[in-house]
Amino acid sequence: MLNEVMFYLFGAMILTFSVLTVTTRRILRAAVYLLFVLISTAGLYFSLNYNFLAAVQLTVYAGGIVVLIIFSILLTSHLSERAVMAPLKQSIFSALATLAGATLTLMTILRFSFVPNTGVDPQLNITDIGNSMVSYNRDGYALPFEVISVLLLAAMIGAIVVAKKERKLKE
Amino acid sequence: MAFNIYDFTTLTHDIHVGLAESFSPVLATTIEWVIVGVVYLLFVALFGLFLVYAERKVCAAFQQRLGPTRVGPWGLLQTIADFIKLLMKELIMPRKADRFLYNLAPFIVIIASFLAIAVLPFAPGLQSLDFDIGVFYLTAVSSVGVIGILLAGWSSNNKYSLIGAMRSGAQILSYELSVSLSLLTMVVFAGTMQFSAIVEGQRDAWFIFSGHIPAVIAFVVFLIAGTAETNRGPFDLAEAESELVAGFHTEYSGIKFAMFFLAEYINLFIVSAVAATVFLGGWMPLHFGNFESFNHVMDFIPPVMWFFMKVLGVIFVIMWFKWTFPRLRVDQILTLEWKYLLPINLVNILLMALVVLTKFHF
Repeated sequence: MLNEVMFYLFGAMILTFSVLTVTTRRILRAAVYLLFVLISTAGLYFSLNYNFLAAVQLTVYAGGIVVLIIFSILLTSHLSERAVMAPLKQSIFSALATLAGATLTLMTILRFSFVPNTGVDPQLNITDIGNSMVSYNRDGYALPFEVISVLLLAAMIGAIVVAKKERKLKE
Repeated sequence: MAFNIYDFTTLTHDIHVGLAESFSPVLATTIEWVIVGVVYLLFVALFGLFLVYAERKVCAAFQQRLGPTRVGPWGLLQTIADFIKLLMKELIMPRKADRFLYNLAPFIVIIASFLAIAVLPFAPGLQSLDFDIGVFYLTAVSSVGVIGILLAGWSSNNKYSLIGAMRSGAQILSYELSVSLSLLTMVVFAGTMQFSAIVEGQRDAWFIFSGHIPAVIAFVVFLIAGTAETNRGPFDLAEAESELVAGFHTEYSGIKFAMFFLAEYINLFIVSAVAATVFLGGWMPLHFGNFESFNHVMDFIPPVMWFFMKVLGVIFVIMWFKWTFPRLRVDQILTLEWKYLLPINLVNILLMALVVLTKFHF
């Protein structure tokens, strides 16, 4: 029963703060509401006993991405700034687009017949996760892992090249 | 209810069974939550006050003064008096501050500290969360705390606060890398991330002895990076009094200031406790291979005492840093992390992997 209470609590938090994230006109508050959404999602994972994913959610999203977002807001905007309200036509069309997206997603989800898990708790062992991460067998993730790291390296080098100031050639 | 100072497993088990017998499962769990929460709150508040007192005494000793002596024996009640004074201060809200974020910031900082403290094993059976991803969980939740500092600096509508928050953010983000990597080195050695298993693995010898060279390097790096992560001197330029008034908490007064202050000392405790647990054996007594009688004598000291002795030792070293080193500049701090600590750490992990593979350890 406590699990259900926690589930509804986290669900309500996710829904409320998601709406608040896109409706607030102060940009830093939007980032903080987003942080709450991500932390509540981590809470859901914790209540499912999926600790690893919860901790990843906290490190990558809450501790990494939101901190970077907040950092860039701190560098670029001032406390008194407010986002301008979108013109009526734009709001109507975005509302329509959102509704269409939501209907599509809901239809897909509701059509899928979810089978309740009756077996034992699928407690994932951290050793198994680690082993499959570096194994190159059929179910191993060594290749995707390496490909993603090459992609990240390329992105990092790109960022440095973009950020680096052009040095004037001596004439 | 069997109480045994050497092993708390029976005590916590008895409490759990007792509650489960007399209440419904939901109520029993709720009561357990409340008990655990109150115990942690009390511990953190009292230990925080003690640490403030200890800091003043240590500082005084380094500067050849006496420190607080008037209130209570040896000035022991001084920080309690200070705390009561802080509670009665007016809460000032800067004009044009972002009210919501301004009030939220201290809570984020302190909640992150509380989440981190939950995985620390104080003694056998005295640990509230024992995840198999313990070390990873700890780095994950402690990375959230910096958000509180950034928010505090931005929402105060004050330039000093903003500069302090930016400095602190850059510093904590960079040094988090070194903290995680040095812990990762020890995870490679221990073969597990679970705190209880890490402590159990040090039954014969603490990791800093059995892991020899790479473990010592990791320990030193961890101490430096941990000091930087708690925003303490010589890395305290986020709240450098001579330049930035008080940095990110310039505009905070009364109990909200006390929360930042307390969180800083909890973080000091967490860093020291992690250092004590991962490198110095946690609550494990000091054991030397075959000296049976020596090991037996050491076993008489309760594990809780061992844990706190080690933690206080590390805390003393970190306070020693603060009162003997001059403050670093922001570029020096970033150079130290990115050009020295990070490469040393990466090489050290390889060294540790080599040591583990060749079984060149005790």
